[in-house]
Amino acid sequence: MNRPTLRALLLGATCLAGAAEAQDATLTIESWRNDDLAIWQEKIIPAFEASHPGIKVTFAPSAPTEYNAALNSKLDAGTAGDLITCRPFDASLTLYDKGQLADLTDLAAMANFSDVAKSGWSTDDGAHTFCVPMASVIHGFIYNKTAFEELGVTPPATTEEFFAALDKIKADGTYIPMAMGANDQWEAATMGYQNVGPNHWKGEQGRLALIAGTQKLTDPQWVAPFTEIARWKDYLGDGFEAQTYPDSQNLFTLGRAAIYPAGSWEIAPFRAQVADAFEMGAFPPPVAKAGDECYISDHVDIAIGMNPATKNPEAARTFLEWVGTPEFAQLYANALPGFFPLQNEAVALDDPLAQEFVSWREKCKSTIRSTYQILSRGTPNLENETWNASANVIRGTETPEAAAARLQEGLASWYEPQKGN
Amino acid sequence: MTDRKPFRWHILVFLAPAVVVYTAVMILPLFATLNLALFTRGPDGEAFAGLQNFRTLFGDPRWSASFWNALGNNTWFFVIHMLVQNPIGVALAALLSSPRLRFAALYRTAIFIPTVLSFVIVGFVWKLILSPIWGIAPGMLDAVGLKSLFSPWLGQEDTALTTLALISVWQFVGIPMMLIYAALLSIPDEVIEAAEMDGVTGWAQFWRIKLPLILPSIGIISILTFVGNFNAFDLIYVSQGALAGPNFATDILGTFLYRTFFGFQLQLGDPHMGAAIATAMFVIILVGVSVYLFGIQTRLRRYQF
Repeated sequence: MNRPTLRALLLGATCLAGAAEAQDATLTIESWRNDDLAIWQEKIIPAFEASHPGIKVTFAPSAPTEYNAALNSKLDAGTAGDLITCRPFDASLTLYDKGQLADLTDLAAMANFSDVAKSGWSTDDGAHTFCVPMASVIHGFIYNKTAFEELGVTPPATTEEFFAALDKIKADGTYIPMAMGANDQWEAATMGYQNVGPNHWKGEQGRLALIAGTQKLTDPQWVAPFTEIARWKDYLGDGFEAQTYPDSQNLFTLGRAAIYPAGSWEIAPFRAQVADAFEMGAFPPPVAKAGDECYISDHVDIAIGMNPATKNPEAARTFLEWVGTPEFAQLYANALPGFFPLQNEAVALDDPLAQEFVSWREKCKSTIRSTYQILSRGTPNLENETWNASANVIRGTETPEAAAARLQEGLASWYEPQKGN
Repeated sequence: MTDRKPFRWHILVFLAPAVVVYTAVMILPLFATLNLALFTRGPDGEAFAGLQNFRTLFGDPRWSASFWNALGNNTWFFVIHMLVQNPIGVALAALLSSPRLRFAALYRTAIFIPTVLSFVIVGFVWKLILSPIWGIAPGMLDAVGLKSLFSPWLGQEDTALTTLALISVWQFVGIPMMLIYAALLSIPDEVIEAAEMDGVTGWAQFWRIKLPLILPSIGIISILTFVGNFNAFDLIYVSQGALAGPNFATDILGTFLYRTFFGFQLQLGDPHMGAAIATAMFVIILVGVSVYLFGIQTRLRRYQF
């Protein structure tokens, strides 16, 4: 082949490749859900690309604890992806206020969501919504059903039954009664305090009263969750002070621990890890007396919005409209058992454990985590302080009363409605 | 006046690349950081605030408690390095330079290897070794009947920081060892022979002949340790996270700066307070280095062979 022919061929190939690329809009999704990489790549993205030729989607997650810092830096530098997975409340609200999340109020799919579902990603007055809600997570306890049957323990409904069950498992000695560590701190706060708390502060009633300033963190209903998790100390494994979150997950999935204080997001990874080794069940946070009204933390957790700097706004809106359809909800909820859709239309779940979690929505009242809306806007940050306080209380280095007093003092130092309380 | 020396342009030309690069990547960012610390983000955008961020950092009881806690931890981190890493480094170098030692090259390499490992690997490996659940530390102690000595060191407030400092010592002990080893090798044989003629041998020879000759190297190592420790961040972040648990017992200036500057979980980053902390770190290191340069190094006696 002589030189001019080769050159012409190369030129032709370059032009063709260029033309083909120009037709496809590529969308990149920023996310902290690095656990879900396979699900997005194998199920969700192919389903979308099949029905929307011409749009290519890439899922580009980063580590959960680094996501916020990394995303903020990328947005400031102009290198962030087209679609942004939204943390609930202030993290996303700040991005919207800075013009780094587009207003999506006029998206047709928004009609599929209730105001409560949109609350995590709307302005304080609810007039503008900037992310399409994807899912919530529910707190409760996952237990090793096989171990429970072996020891003759039944899932507890009240606090006393709960501790009786723990005592029985501890006395037998085969299993660590509860898998939880204090090293990463957030386990103690999220799976401990926010898990058992709503039953004490009566869900939304207490949470809204705290925001209004009519209740304070030193009130008995806000100290009680600390008192309850302080009792957990005796039932955790040896050296739980240095036990990390992956350690806890492994202790449970390897069948060495009987109860795991959980968020529903654990369901899918636990299924994969446990396989057929033992059967899993779940029970909601125990109530004080049998027959008491129960409350669960059904926390709006994840949504998706658009980077206004995207080069493909039309394609991005098309994708977001699709995220708001029942088709996506069905696909997402079943691909990721444990992330429950927020759409008005009920979705059937194939996973019995996920179905158990979501069934609590019918008998218990839902609330969201107490520290997330408004109360973590100042310094010291109430959520971060709660991590530290919960870990201290579980390690036994701070009394529940002292921890609550410290949190209240911190909150009252900057939050107007709590000043003078 | 024709014999006046012409201006020596080539000096500027030869200096220019280094000056330009150093200015662009070091001097400008340094002053940009100092500048950033003088502003604050108010309800209507960024505004000049003078020294307000520093008043908050040192005056507000919460900010100052966090700052002094981090500084205290950082000082302890440094003290452990000075008391453990550097004496061990000197001792290893003295052993290695002994002409009767066999396999010296093997030991030298083995001790130096951790230094070239990434912090991420070191942090992760030690976390696994010390893990009360899967670690080999409890098993090894058990094998020699000392299981009762084991505790979850990284999870307890009173032991976590010391444990991390010792991990860091393990990683970096090769650096003082190498520098001192090189200094020991550069001592002329004549000096040693003269000492031997005078009957100064063994330990006395080390203390009275070799140590004074390697003091300048020990000084350099101390200042490198000081700067390295007060800029440390990686190991704590990798093994304890940005919240530097338990209960901020392992929080050093680097992690405090990271949390403040970039934010953490629900807490949003505050670049201006972060820059104020970075400035405080810069001042601490500057003062430390100056004290060394003007107070100690100029008084060290140097020997010309």
